[in-house]
Amino acid sequence: MTMATASKSTSQGAGRKIDLQVIGPVVALIALILIGMALNSNFLSYANITNVLARSAFIGIIAVGMTFVITAGGLDLSVGSMAAFVAGLMILTMNTLTENMGVSLPVILLGIALALGAGLIAGIINGVLITRVGIEAFIVTLGTMGIYRSLITWLADGGTLSLGFEMRELYRPVYYGGIAGISWPIIAFAVVAIIGEIVMRHTAFGRHCAAIGSNERVARYSSIAVLKVRLATYALLGLLVGFAVVMYVPRLGSASASTGLLWELEAIAAVIIGGTLLKGGFGRVWGTVVGVLILSLIGNILNLTDFVSPYLNGAIQGAVIILAVVMQRKSASDR
Amino acid sequence: MTKTFFATTALIGALACTAQAETIGISIPAATHGWAGALNYHAERTVERLQEVYPEHSFVLTTTPDSATQVSDLEDMVATRGIDALVVLPFESEPLTGPIQRIAESGTWVTVVDRGLAVDGIETLYVAGDNDSFGRTAGQYFADALDDGGKVVVMRGIPSTVDNERVEGFEAAIEGSGVEVLAMDHGNWNRDTAFTLMQDWLSRFPEIDAVWAADDDMAVGALAAIEQAGRTDEMIVVGGAGMKEMVDRIRNGDKTVPVNVTYPPSMISTAIEMTAVGITGAAPMSGEFIIASELITPENADDFYFEDSPY
Repeated sequence: MTMATASKSTSQGAGRKIDLQVIGPVVALIALILIGMALNSNFLSYANITNVLARSAFIGIIAVGMTFVITAGGLDLSVGSMAAFVAGLMILTMNTLTENMGVSLPVILLGIALALGAGLIAGIINGVLITRVGIEAFIVTLGTMGIYRSLITWLADGGTLSLGFEMRELYRPVYYGGIAGISWPIIAFAVVAIIGEIVMRHTAFGRHCAAIGSNERVARYSSIAVLKVRLATYALLGLLVGFAVVMYVPRLGSASASTGLLWELEAIAAVIIGGTLLKGGFGRVWGTVVGVLILSLIGNILNLTDFVSPYLNGAIQGAVIILAVVMQRKSASDR
Repeated sequence: MTKTFFATTALIGALACTAQAETIGISIPAATHGWAGALNYHAERTVERLQEVYPEHSFVLTTTPDSATQVSDLEDMVATRGIDALVVLPFESEPLTGPIQRIAESGTWVTVVDRGLAVDGIETLYVAGDNDSFGRTAGQYFADALDDGGKVVVMRGIPSTVDNERVEGFEAAIEGSGVEVLAMDHGNWNRDTAFTLMQDWLSRFPEIDAVWAADDDMAVGALAAIEQAGRTDEMIVVGGAGMKEMVDRIRNGDKTVPVNVTYPPSMISTAIEMTAVGITGAAPMSGEFIIASELITPENADDFYFEDSPY
């Protein structure tokens, strides 16, 4: 909360003074875009931009939900495994339904409903264990992370679950199609991000999240339904995981034990790069979007060049994550 | 085959009574990608089958997500199950060499599968695919099939000895053939990573004649990206390991997927069966058993298509 007021006062106050905490991630993003442009002429091509934005959509949609969870002082490590499990469930269900209902639109709609429902339930399970049973979020979600990862391996019998060929062709446009040249995953990501930003800034729910993350006891005295709001953040994240899966499955039409591996860490990293505080109390959804794009662009630029040995990709990513956060923290401690 | 095994063990069993009851421990990587999934599938099937053939023996099967867990698994097997023989597919060579060496020194039969240990002569039996031949077969195909100056991108697996050997074999085979490697990067034997990597390569290179995706999971990802870019007719994709879907495409004369290279996950069955025969003393089984990689073509594809396999 203090952080929130501090950043507000500076941005309202001395207009000339540049606030690094706010623009830090944006500067990093622009720097990456300039580097990309300098290294490869195809970087700004329509195809490449579409690719990068569309592949960011899964982590992006999840990271928006993660922003709320972290703002309210929580954490969710299970989202990657959860995504894999929901994807597996969705594929199995759609394959079974295809046998009875043929290759038809209702099968897709039922599949989508199932993915959203399963995600929501999984999120509520996390939320209930954390708020009602009172176990640390880290432990609960570490547990469910292992459970979902094993369940998908078990469902797939150690191999890969694949959507039937004809069904895949019918469902495919949800990832590859679009309107006015903008593909669906990009539109979905944008809509989720815009709604998330509005909810975070302009609704009681968003303010309650920040209040709880800042000081839970004070929030409770202020008659905020702490447990309900907390539970709602995990349920929302679960729902968004389901939504990300709806976008993910049509891409390759398959799910395996390696689906969604490390997504949770990428989502958390994106949230933190974007300026949300890991300890809670202040969240910024648009910052998260910038964070997701930074992570995607690093991978993209490294693939487009022979700049560094591929062995070092992880090191570059790690360095950029730390740099982006250092820029913000430095300005915060100066004040 | 089964009958002979049964007869032999029954005979030995009758002579030596229960003293011959042996415990065979099997430790393999968890099913984190398609090939390892098939490995698990074949290991389970073989254990089930052998349990019927050798009812007096017990089998312990563990799967591990990383090297550290595998070391603990091995320690548990020795301490609590008192294994007499170990069949192990090391997650990584270096960290597992010491622990496996200690087990071998205690007089336990050790069969190492696929990934060799860092020190020679530890194992009683070594069963492996031929990684050099896996890369060489693919490289040889490119050298023969592509015109001079063919442009190739190479998707490698998870950085490991296996991956290095394959790539060395590949590079040796294309040397002097005029085939040019545009780029080489790790797709980590993962569909999603391969998809992303291929998308970026398609943006980067206006002309690609062939993709060597050193595993069929990666080939699936690469094919999806190529299809998205609408460049299916421009290049061929050669995967490896003989995934069902890929063999099916070859069988149907798909122009984008002309051939594939085998690397049978069922080698774990070979290893477990040979170990069981070895410890019963039915036949000498120590030494090395290397399974060569073969080129799957439209002509022989039927022989490599297994309807029931998960991979």
